[in-house]
Amino acid sequence: MTATEYKAGSNLEKVLSSGRFAVTGECGPPKGADVTVIEEKAKILKGYVDAVNITDNQTAVVRVCSMASGYTAQQNGLEAIMQMTCRDRNRLAMQADILGAATLGLKNILCLTGDHMSFGNHPEAKGVHDLDSLNLIKMYKDMRDEKKFQCGEEMTVAPPLYIGCAENPFADPFELRALRLKKKIEAGADFVQTQCIFNVPKFKLWMEEVRALGLHKEIKILAGITPLKGVGGARYMQKFVPGIDVPQDIVDRMAACEKGAPSQAEGKKIAVEMIKEFTEIEGVAGVHIMAIEWEIAVPEIVEAAGLMPRPAVA
Amino acid sequence: MITAERKPLDEILKLVGDQKKVLVAGCDTCVAICLTGGEKEAEILASELRILAEKDGRAVEVEHTAAIRQCEWEYLDMIAGKVAAADLVLSMACGIGIQSMAEKFAPKIVVPAVNTNMLGMPQEHAVWLERCGACGECVIGETAGICPVVRCSKSLMNGPCGGSHDGKCEVTTPEKEDLDCAWALIWDRLKAQGREEMMFVNRPPKNWSKSSSGGPRKMVREEAKPV
Repeated sequence: MTATEYKAGSNLEKVLSSGRFAVTGECGPPKGADVTVIEEKAKILKGYVDAVNITDNQTAVVRVCSMASGYTAQQNGLEAIMQMTCRDRNRLAMQADILGAATLGLKNILCLTGDHMSFGNHPEAKGVHDLDSLNLIKMYKDMRDEKKFQCGEEMTVAPPLYIGCAENPFADPFELRALRLKKKIEAGADFVQTQCIFNVPKFKLWMEEVRALGLHKEIKILAGITPLKGVGGARYMQKFVPGIDVPQDIVDRMAACEKGAPSQAEGKKIAVEMIKEFTEIEGVAGVHIMAIEWEIAVPEIVEAAGLMPRPAVA
Repeated sequence: MITAERKPLDEILKLVGDQKKVLVAGCDTCVAICLTGGEKEAEILASELRILAEKDGRAVEVEHTAAIRQCEWEYLDMIAGKVAAADLVLSMACGIGIQSMAEKFAPKIVVPAVNTNMLGMPQEHAVWLERCGACGECVIGETAGICPVVRCSKSLMNGPCGGSHDGKCEVTTPEKEDLDCAWALIWDRLKAQGREEMMFVNRPPKNWSKSSSGGPRKMVREEAKPV
């Protein structure tokens, strides 16, 4: 594929377009005006992932914005996937921010609805929700491909964007989950990252539906992985985090290990096993490793999963 | 109907301040049906205020009244005498009624004794559920008669988010523990109607200029104006 055929020409787009199994990571910006946190996380992940998600006020908690943190990551040699939620911005802000991001060299964008304000540290905030994530995908696609703002007006220079979305195979109604991905593809999504997977059989079932609809040929699917640090986290996610499905056998495996190094090793082992399993599933184009505040685990997992070295694409 | 809940007594006392003649004005339409601000509730609040004043040794006269509808000029004429005799009116009507009173009797001080909260329906006795956001552009013809604007916590227009679980919304608090996922309800009803394809339409961004985002709204029916 020549450079002119790429939609944005990001490293992530090139790796996925080349058909090689992609690896993305995730970094949460800090709760303060501290540039060093992303610099340090970028140092850990550089060379082990093809791009890194920079979360946008994740769990509705205020942090350094994803645009500034994405820029910092890229200044430190790690390509960013800037997350953008519909919760905090209206269509004016979302378009202004993506133009700004493009001028800073950010090319990958992940379009999300966003966790509800009631989960975060400003539960009294007004939720914006001017657009939903599907509207957001379409708006960015039209900006990129039609050079048009959402209102229909033309812009001077279109932002080169590689547009991502999220999907949760474990949310209900299950029968809508693959069909919802289809809607996001129709809106213009180029890649999708799934919610973190613990229930592999259910993920496989979702992939069957995805393949039956032929969606894996129209979008690059990255399977979400969250390495577990201990049984506490597994139990917490199992009980309290909406949309996450942690089967009992995973909890039992973690519970059988001593706290600290042994359970961390087991968590990494589970992650590696899952990645290996995902590489065998038709239609899975990569993995998205969300090591929440545990970035240091990522190099070892990627290495052990046999995904090193990461491809150098021109 | 419009629903409202009474403000905490402390807040009401702060709003009343040191005014000596207080009129508690109920409204016998929406807020009476939701058992918050009708004549009976106005009488109760007036009694509470009198008892408190006596306990604290304050000389306050508290009267009560009610209009059939505080939101219509002609019904306000009927309580004008009592309003004139008061230093302050504590209105128990919805936000519309309170403002009608404040405008009709300006510069009389009119303060709210209730918080107007929603356009809701009584699901069962003493339980109301929000049903309409008055967004100015109704979409429920496409969503099986279920409003995603106010019944989806994120006002999504294109199906359920990743937080829908067993038909319930991820936004659960002690008060909202039984909150249904609007899109799960929509999907179930579309299936029952044999109209599943309506779920797969990509709906464009909503035109919020027809809602309060477009500025205060005004409706004029020229054909209904007196000639």
